[in-house]
Amino acid sequence: MGFWLALMIWAVTLGTVVLFALDDFSLPAAISQAAHEIDAQFALTLVITGVAFVLAEGLLGWFILKYRDRPGSVARYVHGNNPIEIASAVVVGIVFVSLAVLGLGVWREIHLSGTPAGSMPVEITGEQFAWNVRYPGPDGKFGRTSPELYDPTANPVGIVPDDPAGKDDVIALNTLAVPVGRPIELRLRSKDVLHSFFMPVLRIKQDTVPGMEIPLRFLAEKTGAYEVACAELCGLGHYRMRGMLQVLDPGAFEAWLGEQVAQAAQ
Amino acid sequence: MSVAHHHPAVHEAPKSFITRWIFSKDHKVIGIQYWWLAFVAVFVGMALSLLMRLQLAFPSHQWPFLANIFKTGMAGGVMAPEFYLALVTMHGTIMVFFVLTTAPQGGFGNFALPLQIGARDMAFPTLNMLSFWVTLVGFVVLIAAFFVEGGAPLGGWTGYPPLSALGTIAGPGQGMGMNLWIISIAIFCVGSLLGALNFLATTLGMRTHGMSLLRMPLTCWAWFTTAVLALLSFPVLFGAGVLLLLDRNAGTSFFLPGGLVVAGELIDHRGGSPILWQHLFWFFGHPEVYIAIIPGMGATSQILATFARKPIFGYRAMVGAIFAIGLLGFFVWGHHMFISGMSPYSSVVFSLLTLSIGVPSAIKTVNWLGTIWGGKIRFTCAMLFALGFVSLFVGGGLGGIFLGQPSIDLFLHDTYFVVGHFHLVMGVAAIFGMFAGTFYWFPKMFGRMMHEGLGKVHFVITLLGVYAIFMPMHALGVMGHPRRYYTGTNFEYLGSASGLHTLITWAAFITISAQVLFVINVFWSMFRGKRAAENPWEATTLEWTTPSPPPHENFPEDPVVHHGPYEYGVPGAARDYIMQTDPPAAMAAAKH
Repeated sequence: MGFWLALMIWAVTLGTVVLFALDDFSLPAAISQAAHEIDAQFALTLVITGVAFVLAEGLLGWFILKYRDRPGSVARYVHGNNPIEIASAVVVGIVFVSLAVLGLGVWREIHLSGTPAGSMPVEITGEQFAWNVRYPGPDGKFGRTSPELYDPTANPVGIVPDDPAGKDDVIALNTLAVPVGRPIELRLRSKDVLHSFFMPVLRIKQDTVPGMEIPLRFLAEKTGAYEVACAELCGLGHYRMRGMLQVLDPGAFEAWLGEQVAQAAQ
Repeated sequence: MSVAHHHPAVHEAPKSFITRWIFSKDHKVIGIQYWWLAFVAVFVGMALSLLMRLQLAFPSHQWPFLANIFKTGMAGGVMAPEFYLALVTMHGTIMVFFVLTTAPQGGFGNFALPLQIGARDMAFPTLNMLSFWVTLVGFVVLIAAFFVEGGAPLGGWTGYPPLSALGTIAGPGQGMGMNLWIISIAIFCVGSLLGALNFLATTLGMRTHGMSLLRMPLTCWAWFTTAVLALLSFPVLFGAGVLLLLDRNAGTSFFLPGGLVVAGELIDHRGGSPILWQHLFWFFGHPEVYIAIIPGMGATSQILATFARKPIFGYRAMVGAIFAIGLLGFFVWGHHMFISGMSPYSSVVFSLLTLSIGVPSAIKTVNWLGTIWGGKIRFTCAMLFALGFVSLFVGGGLGGIFLGQPSIDLFLHDTYFVVGHFHLVMGVAAIFGMFAGTFYWFPKMFGRMMHEGLGKVHFVITLLGVYAIFMPMHALGVMGHPRRYYTGTNFEYLGSASGLHTLITWAAFITISAQVLFVINVFWSMFRGKRAAENPWEATTLEWTTPSPPPHENFPEDPVVHHGPYEYGVPGAARDYIMQTDPPAAMAAAKH
């Protein structure tokens, strides 16, 4: 049995390594500097945990094979080995905590450094089961909102009509269009329950929490249309709460914004 | 220091069937009752997971035979999204509370702790009886949620508000079903608290002569630590549950902010915070992960030493590591909340503390490897599952190194990576601990041996099966597949997920089918198994010094302990193990 068990443990170890090495099941495309940095941290973590995994499972299989009960074999009477304990604790502690510290770099860029100059603010308001996207318009200011004014078609985010800042606000449904290469500051809100705005190609997600406005910064570097998913359970339509991230050339973005204004005017 | 207890004589077991087997105060019967509860619950939980797997591999496929069983949830044979989420919620809740918290601690702990420390029963037998019956009521209330109007809740086992606080406006199961879910958990908290008090009092006050703390088997340390965690974490969940119930039914606003508009309706609440629930829930929820796994660590340590015929490697380090894991478990709850909207600065601290759990985890792994290194391993089924536990603990635990880093969690949070990770480590590894414990203590529990051949087939399929189920889930997560999705087919970027979903579903069907072998083994062995001797495994701890099954008050006379718990393979000894009750001379003779 020892032989077969060792073989099984090595087989699942190999299978796991192959699974993670296969291209079919790898990370989606990455379209931002931060996403590439997260991927690099992921790759580093994969290598370190991979070594630990293969080492531990390899030894487990090896000991199972080598120390199975055979006639005449004698068990070693040892109660432990403090140098080994301390060394393994110190090594693992240093490696894992260093890894955590390294990973904090990109976290700081995304969440702890202020809004870069020239950022474009966009407000996202989640609701069951759609994303309302609002641009501040030429004045760069969002109009005040009030929940009493929500109207699914006429006023989806409840802009207060007598606030001049709101007059030029532009609203889109389920499409977040952004100009390529420009820093974006999302302000995430929710009307009803928790949602999570998940942009796989940017490697970021952030819960939207009713009663809070949570900032999320990114800079997309590659044009294209990418999917946005909801990642926080929000009710029976959670699985179909799909949005699009349109990364456009600056000209195309202005044209898109103009279309939204024209549509709203109709 | 050990505490002698003065018992006049061994009492006879109660004569009536009811007081002996139903409302029993005997820790052994209560332990077995907990074990049966988990046994029933785990099959209910697995059945729910099979239904989920059907939907995930064959989205919106029509299953006419299921329409007869689930008339609304699968009307016309096609699963409704809200029914899928009800399955998610109930599967998680049943498994976490009524399997992973019930069998390892309430089951094996109740059965074996007094035996292993040489006590005649738990410190408070009546309280012990009450803990079990309270827990059982909790289970019945939870299952009732399936049968009330609107069915079971759909908020997941984490029950995040506002979704969980709004009532039927948030979904069909969010009415009475959700109320029952909260009440069930509150009841469960009470049962677990009573149990935890009993474990602490018993461990500290009921040890027999010579059973100093550092002569306790590592299982006892594990149950003790688990009881400390339960004592400190369940009250928080209980409080949170009461507040949620008040928000739902009494118009309070602990978790509901002002200005919510749900399905076009303005909700009349103001001033609460949805994130407050998450802090309270995870302040309980992370220690809960360790409540599930620590008893499995104890059982694994005990069993590895027994069947490697070697002392446990680094006994004191193991005790320290269990405590360190338990203690750190209280300071890392924020790693469940990196993307919740909590201050991103606190994520930094939670991340560093989380990754430092790698240190005691590594100590445990090194010591388990050290225990079998140079051993003379006997591959009993108990040993196979304990070795499987080590493999799964490593394979599942390392996923935590990814998720504990907030930058990587930005991508992996709430994806299948998380599902794969916690299933391997707190689900399947913990269940391997239970299988190991069942094979190991079954002779003591029922007086008969389990069938080793059948057990080995069961083990092989289960080990390969769980890897085939849960490692591919990690891969789904790496692709960015969100969890709790009725189907991923609405998203183009999840196109290649369907192949993995099909693979996982087949693996789940095979693995769950193989559990029938275990059921057969349990029932067959209970009636037809070979009669168990007092010490069939040639083990050293006190439960093996008394008949199988033990008499009503465990020991004819109070045992007296002279040795540590794992004196295997002592050179020069008369046999390859020295029991804890062997006279001091046994060791002295061996060493000279």
